[in-house]
Amino acid sequence: MPRTDSTTSPPVPAPRDARPVKQHAGRRAAAGRSRRERTLRRLTPWLFLAVPLALLVTFTYVPVGNMLYYSFTDWDGVSPDRNFVGGENYAEVFTRPELLRVFAVSLYYLAASVVQIAIALYFATVLSFDLRFRNLFKGILFFPYLINGVAIGFVFLYFFQDGGTLDSILSWFGVGTDHAWLGDPASANISLAGVSVWRFTGLNFVLFLGAIQSIPGELYEAAQLDGAGRWKQFRHIIAPGIRPVLSLSVILAISGSLSVFEIPYIMTGGATGTSTFVIQTVKYAFQFNKTGLASACAVVLLAIILLITWLQRRLVPDERVDLV
Amino acid sequence: MTVTATVTARRGPRRRVRVSTALTYLVLIAASLVTLVPLTVVFLTSLKTSEEVTGGHSALDLPGDWLNFSNYRTAFTNGEMLTAFGNTAFILLFSITGTVLIGSMTAYAIDRFDFRLKKAVMALFLIATLVPSVTTQVATFQVVNSFGLFDTRWAPILLYMGTDIVSIYIFLQFIRGIPISVDEAARLDGASAFTIYRKIIFPMLKPAIATVVIIKGITTYNDFYIPFLYMPSEELGTMSTALFRFKGPFGAQWETISAGAILVIVPTLVVFLFLQRYIYNGFAQGASK
Repeated sequence: MPRTDSTTSPPVPAPRDARPVKQHAGRRAAAGRSRRERTLRRLTPWLFLAVPLALLVTFTYVPVGNMLYYSFTDWDGVSPDRNFVGGENYAEVFTRPELLRVFAVSLYYLAASVVQIAIALYFATVLSFDLRFRNLFKGILFFPYLINGVAIGFVFLYFFQDGGTLDSILSWFGVGTDHAWLGDPASANISLAGVSVWRFTGLNFVLFLGAIQSIPGELYEAAQLDGAGRWKQFRHIIAPGIRPVLSLSVILAISGSLSVFEIPYIMTGGATGTSTFVIQTVKYAFQFNKTGLASACAVVLLAIILLITWLQRRLVPDERVDLV
Repeated sequence: MTVTATVTARRGPRRRVRVSTALTYLVLIAASLVTLVPLTVVFLTSLKTSEEVTGGHSALDLPGDWLNFSNYRTAFTNGEMLTAFGNTAFILLFSITGTVLIGSMTAYAIDRFDFRLKKAVMALFLIATLVPSVTTQVATFQVVNSFGLFDTRWAPILLYMGTDIVSIYIFLQFIRGIPISVDEAARLDGASAFTIYRKIIFPMLKPAIATVVIIKGITTYNDFYIPFLYMPSEELGTMSTALFRFKGPFGAQWETISAGAILVIVPTLVVFLFLQRYIYNGFAQGASK
């Protein structure tokens, strides 16, 4: 009676034919079974991957492929006929005045994300030291990131409206103003970019805080013994420790400021010069039925974002690349 | 003489520390006010009557009746918030279940098996993380439309399930920490690959599942773009799109709009208060995949 090898054998599975075989017939059956088993085993990973891969290809790669194809046609998104127009759509992307304006708008958001990263970095540094009510402050600073974008849009529409929150606060300080905050392009874009700082600082802050807290505490103690002040500690211990997260945040900031959509769309609908690249693309695609042009816009945006990501990977080699 | 000198010498830096600590708290309190005041004002507005909102009063005035919930009633009944809640719950249930199953299966297949094209499959998932989904919706829309899923709740469910690569990474990172000897012991007991996944690996993934459920839940709940594009029908509103539709009929009725916004924010606040720690870790992991 052969013992079951489940408990006694070492983790390395013993070859099956090493077991004493009584009959030829049995060996043949075993060989057949093992061949079937081997094909089954070869198939197993694919059985697990079938659905995920199908979804990945259907909803990411097929759209990217189609988008490239549409971008060379004059398709309107509905009619069965589409004509090949070569690079005409791309020429339009770079010459249409409204699209150039839209690129300028993303500069507001880019500037805002610089402010956002600076604020987040400050609070992450401050709250990494022991402070009273630390968790309360951490929670308050992070919470906006979790709030629904539409709700944020309305909260700030009320904030900026005539006689709204901002005007009332200013009048407390004796500053009477009837400035329409969302009334002219510069002021509207600054206001909207400010909302985006309000919303996203929390995420940067928590990322930085996590990175700072993973720096071993002995380093600070040693630095303190050597007489290093807070600024020196920041400069020589914290800054190098958070470099990977910082470079990640910069990438997220750049690609984020190019693909701003929710806040301006909800708050102003892209009026008074606050339209962004994505709002414009959505308008071409779903309001003006210019699928070809919209696809070209999307391809350009995708190319820019891929380029930025690639540049970042080249400039700041990521230690976490070994993830895969 | 020397004593007083050392005392003042000691007091100098200490006072400077005290001043800088006070300044730090001041800045922290200011930042908290900047965060909380816009939200608080909207909460106050949601309790006011329409005369209190319009009639030349300051936005910072307190409501006359703290128990005036009539705006919430209007938001619920005329704003279709109940339908929206149902739709969001339906979408959340299916997309989260799907994401957990898909993410854990993919991670299991990639980490535990050696097969041809493994590198290619991984590259396929990796490159997909670089494609921002906002850019591809123009063409994704046509794909969804060709399946006849436009204006159904399955469109967002499939999109949330199929395009979430972050959760695959979270599972992948976690599954690496589970020793292979666990699988092998089970295999020698005669367990098939599927049994190992279902009975051994999946239960051990619980912490990763919690992370994915929280991140996925919050991002799905907050998403506006996808339900807005794919479910234009009014009866298919989610929390985001139903609230967005307040803009038309309730035009300048800030008390009703505020009540709607608060209704959307409260569930998030409750989840945040109870699951704080998981949320910080989850989003930190999710963002830096």
